[in-house]
Amino acid sequence: MLLFLGNKLFGVSENLRHICAACNLGEIKFFDYDWKGKGLWNLFFIGGTVIGGFLANDVFNGDGDIIDISHNTVSTLQSMGIHSFNGLLPGQIFSWSSLSHPAVVLILVGGGFLIGFGSRYAGGCTSGHAISGLADLQIGSLIAVIGFFIGGLIMTYFILPFLLPTLH
Amino acid sequence: MKGNLKYLFAGIAFGFILIKSEVVSWFRIQEMFRFQSIFMYGIIGLAVIIGFLSIQIIKRLKLKDIEGTPITIPPKDNSQYTRYIIGGIIFGLGWAMLGACPGPLFALLGAGYTVMIIPIISAVFGTWMYGKMRSRLPH
Repeated sequence: MLLFLGNKLFGVSENLRHICAACNLGEIKFFDYDWKGKGLWNLFFIGGTVIGGFLANDVFNGDGDIIDISHNTVSTLQSMGIHSFNGLLPGQIFSWSSLSHPAVVLILVGGGFLIGFGSRYAGGCTSGHAISGLADLQIGSLIAVIGFFIGGLIMTYFILPFLLPTLH
Repeated sequence: MKGNLKYLFAGIAFGFILIKSEVVSWFRIQEMFRFQSIFMYGIIGLAVIIGFLSIQIIKRLKLKDIEGTPITIPPKDNSQYTRYIIGGIIFGLGWAMLGACPGPLFALLGAGYTVMIIPIISAVFGTWMYGKMRSRLPH
């Protein structure tokens, strides 16, 4: 709920078209246009996101350490070899010490590449299409969100079940 | 510089909320793609509803932003379908693989998961690669 208070405030205080701040980062650096004029605000926003993450986790951390996900998800993940359920992410994948594992390198580098490439190809990511685009009743965004789920389901059901068990 | 500070604060609120609402959690994304909880759908659905209502209010009342410029929302180019579906599928593969999309990567980086710098750099490279290949891709 708070997430959207955030998006809402942001949208009301500035042009709503800029809601998908997170998605546009790459464009700023690599393409031939006035990134300081068009994108500097976005870099401030993303810098703020990093600070906000720091404050949420390190300064005001009143929540428990374990995310209360569904028992079904826990047992499915356990059957694929995930045994660390502390924190926001499994340390088995998201830590520097796990980088010696080829599957971890594939997830971090490959996953990053896919979201970078895919979000620019589709013209937006979760915030631009799934939230702002759908809220503005854009057909293109609906198609993109359907694409997000086709890709996400293929990864979840056909690729991760082979990749995650190799982490042992 | 000074005019951009408000975006910094908006970003701080955004990052803070992303972490506190747990939507940046790899576990939550796994749960979402396995349809085992309504958690993510509730948050995204609520966001869309609030966004929709906000946009309707802005359009009906012809609201202006704090500098007095009328708020305009350019439509997506709805004549291009190929890019949305193919780009969407590629993005979805990465979203499920990483359990994070671009905004959360930065919030997680700040939250102490410094290893997230790797997918961030990789995502920037992926974006660059798209720019390089753009003229040869179907849109």
